[in-house]
Amino acid sequence: MKPAPFAYVAPDSVEGVVGALVEAGDDAKVLAGGQSLLPLMALRLGRPSVLVDVGRVDGLDRVEVVGDDLVVGATVTHARLGRDPEVARVAPLLAEVAPFVAHAAVRNRGTLGGSLAHNDPAAEWPAVALLLDVVVTVQGPTGAREIAAADLFESYLTTTIEPDEVLTAVRVPGLGPRGGAAFDEVSRRAGDFALVGAGARVTLDDDGAVASAAVSFLGVGSTAVLDATVGADLAGRPPDEAAIDEVARAAAARLDPHDDLHATAAYRRRLAATLARRTLTTAVARASAEVAS
Amino acid sequence: MSATEPRTELDVAVEVNGEPRRARVEARRSLAELLRDDLELTGTHLGCEHGVCGSCTVLLDGVPVRSCLMLAVQAEGRSVVTVEGLADGDRLHPVQQGCLERHSFQCGFCTPGILLTAAALLDAQPEPDEAAVREAISGNICRCTGYESIVDGILRAAEIAREAADGHAGEGA
Ligand SMILES: Cc1cc2nc3c(=O)[nH]c(=O)nc-3n(C[C@H](O)[C@H](O)[C@H](O)COP(=O)(O)OP(=O)(O)OC[C@H]3O[C@@H](n4cnc5c(N)ncnc54)[C@H](O)[C@@H]3O)c2cc1C
Ligand code: FES
Ligand code: FES
Repeated sequence: MKPAPFAYVAPDSVEGVVGALVEAGDDAKVLAGGQSLLPLMALRLGRPSVLVDVGRVDGLDRVEVVGDDLVVGATVTHARLGRDPEVARVAPLLAEVAPFVAHAAVRNRGTLGGSLAHNDPAAEWPAVALLLDVVVTVQGPTGAREIAAADLFESYLTTTIEPDEVLTAVRVPGLGPRGGAAFDEVSRRAGDFALVGAGARVTLDDDGAVASAAVSFLGVGSTAVLDATVGADLAGRPPDEAAIDEVARAAAARLDPHDDLHATAAYRRRLAATLARRTLTTAVARASAEVAS
Repeated sequence: MSATEPRTELDVAVEVNGEPRRARVEARRSLAELLRDDLELTGTHLGCEHGVCGSCTVLLDGVPVRSCLMLAVQAEGRSVVTVEGLADGDRLHPVQQGCLERHSFQCGFCTPGILLTAAALLDAQPEPDEAAVREAISGNICRCTGYESIVDGILRAAEIAREAADGHAGEGA
């Protein structure tokens, strides 16, 4: 057994989870799919004294359509996001991104809530959450509160969720009329964490000019990055090839990626420009198809 | 598992290869260790023990998971299939037969994980093309073969499974 000893409890309600977290103190950790936490513990990079498993909580694995939004329970797996017809209909970007996350066997256990709470700088979901302006609900000893994605991801592997709080649901707003979104990434091998990834979101006005746009990146810093300047630069302009190329390069130039074993900072910036251009182009095409229909 | 107090040792009841099994385990015991050490099903191999090699892959309620990245207690009440559960008596599972015919493996370390991953693939997608096979086993590392023979073996397994199904249909008619 590689992890240090710990105690385990699997409450059947959110209140039970919060109670167990409060009881156990700062040293407790929520356990969801375990696909990030258990490797860290096997390497003894983490040694929580208590694991509170959310896997037995009733209803945390629900996917619901609420108005134009999709509400995804914290323990919904990456695999489910990739195959659920409601997800594909209401938040198709999630279905498109899911297969990029790890390998099938990891997707069968790893959860959306776990990925957001873990906040790996190379993970897909934090970048998607920023791009789509999702709002997460967390519950703690004093009740529930909502955190917008923009306020959630603090720094490397750190979020603004308190140690005695549990993430319960993720609300993904619909793109609205004449909206389109896209995602792409580059990794060395299928299923590996990406070197760089990018998502883009575009809304067009009645004349086909850009009403709003944003791009987000992963793998370019200590946490995912949202670039809203792209939206300001494109607003009111027809989203032609030249305009997209210009804003994609500018967005990449604003990034501050790092050198590591896998890629140089310069290469990451090149990838970011290419991926921003590709995803903006696809998002525009999807938004245009909405205008046409 | 409805105990409300955190425990360092727990009883776990799991169905393994169709049979109910129980054990008392430390909370930190992985499902792989439960299978190998408590239940003496050593067909499940442990390589990296942190999720990257795939050799520990088993089926949990029919879908592949890393048994090194799951606590034994998380499997409470669930159904697990290991490589020992693939064959039907002396009759090999199509993925075993296909990989045997195509000499898919050398040292055999990656074999159980790949066989179970392939079995789940054929279950979900009886006629996979080569790209689908490569995608399915992309999370399983093999240090020996270079993968060509494994892909061949799985494609052959799909043929065997189809022949068997057609055979049955023929008998029924
Ligand atoms: C080989 C391998 C490859 C991978 N590749 C990728 C990849 O390409 N892209 C990617 O994004 N990820 C990848 N992952 C990680 C995987 O996606 C994880 O599933 C995910 O990051 C965490 O989700 P989980 O449910 O497994 O969380 P856990 O591992 O259970 O928990 C992770 C962290 O989040 C906390 N947490 C979990 N749930 C909650 C909650 N509801 N409320 C509060 N805190 C919570 C835990 O306390 C812990 O700190 C990979 C993992 C492996 C093993
Ligand atoms: S031993 Fe589980 S993935 Fe390597
Ligand atoms: S046959 Fe040796 S690792 Fe695959």
